[in-house]
Amino acid sequence: MASVDDGCGAPAQEATPEDFDTQGQVVLAGKVTGADGPIGGAFVRLLNDGGDFTGEVVSSADGDFRFYAAPGEWTIRALHRTGNGQTSVKADGPGLHRLAISVG
Amino acid sequence: MSREDVLVTTQWAEDNLDTAGVVFAEVDEDTTAYDNGHIRGAVKFDWRKDLQDGVRRDFVSKEGFERLLSEKGISNDDLVILYGGNNNWFAAYAYWYFKYYGHENVKLIDGGRKKWELDGRELNSEDVKRESTEYKAKDPDASIRAFRDEVVQSIGSKNFVDVRSPDEFSGKLLAPAHLPQEQSQVPGHIPSALNIPWAKVANEDGTFKTEQEIRELYAEEGIDESKPTIAYCRIGERSSIAWFALRELLGYSDVKNYDGSWTEYGSLVGVPVELGAK
Repeated sequence: MASVDDGCGAPAQEATPEDFDTQGQVVLAGKVTGADGPIGGAFVRLLNDGGDFTGEVVSSADGDFRFYAAPGEWTIRALHRTGNGQTSVKADGPGLHRLAISVG
Repeated sequence: MSREDVLVTTQWAEDNLDTAGVVFAEVDEDTTAYDNGHIRGAVKFDWRKDLQDGVRRDFVSKEGFERLLSEKGISNDDLVILYGGNNNWFAAYAYWYFKYYGHENVKLIDGGRKKWELDGRELNSEDVKRESTEYKAKDPDASIRAFRDEVVQSIGSKNFVDVRSPDEFSGKLLAPAHLPQEQSQVPGHIPSALNIPWAKVANEDGTFKTEQEIRELYAEEGIDESKPTIAYCRIGERSSIAWFALRELLGYSDVKNYDGSWTEYGSLVGVPVELGAK
């Protein structure tokens, strides 16, 4: 849990299990993959329905990422030196929403 | 001030890795990235351990800053090139901090670590040891840092730039979307603040937009150039990006960063708070 004196930097990313406790929040989680499997070190950007930047994390070695968003329509865009890719999701309410992004 | 006075490109950085009198420094909140690989020869600054007091919520003292830079092997005459992850948030914070203690010869790598990685440039995990120095800091430059009393008194008279995401500004979220949302503050923003998210001044690869684009953005969003400006976010690092854009890139003279930001303001008793989108 983040406390007041914690920074705002994105934490290290990890896989999100099926029984992940979302604690009543909208959780957008998934994996970035390329031609040869998971892509770690991709810059994963969360954009709102107006295309505005909302957050960014760096995918884990296994390509995992996770955002805590609000209900709404979101675009998740991944940037990597090998290429870019994106996907969209409509999150109606709290819970775990699974995503997959391929780059290249 | 021009862009070249305050920013270097990743190409310039690569071309000057061995230039005498140039010291590269990576600044991050989570230094795992540095430990796994950094720009060759770059020293490491840990935002929390090196730049925060550790007990009180404040910067390290002038003497502490002198000790830190001396240990890192940075001299008063060195050109310090800062970069970091998270779109240079913590590097921009460190840039502001270096200016606060009077180190004028400092620049940011445009796009930071992200641009460096997207370019496919080399990272190196060798330990970096520089000979220690006897760094002397200047007295703090109060003209670039805002504290809470000034903030409360300036509502309605100065520009406030709230650089958090629209959902944090409106009160829907309390922290950036990559963090869990349990926080002790009330949601909302400082009355009269303009919501100009930090990312509006940056391209998707983390580099700053052109000065012309940034000037037009701030004008469209309603910043009154004739008034002083205070930038804030949640803890003062994202707002360092806006402070940098306004003061260092556009050359506005009176721009302060409010590092207490929403974690302080949203916890104050008796101050006005506004809710809702702009």
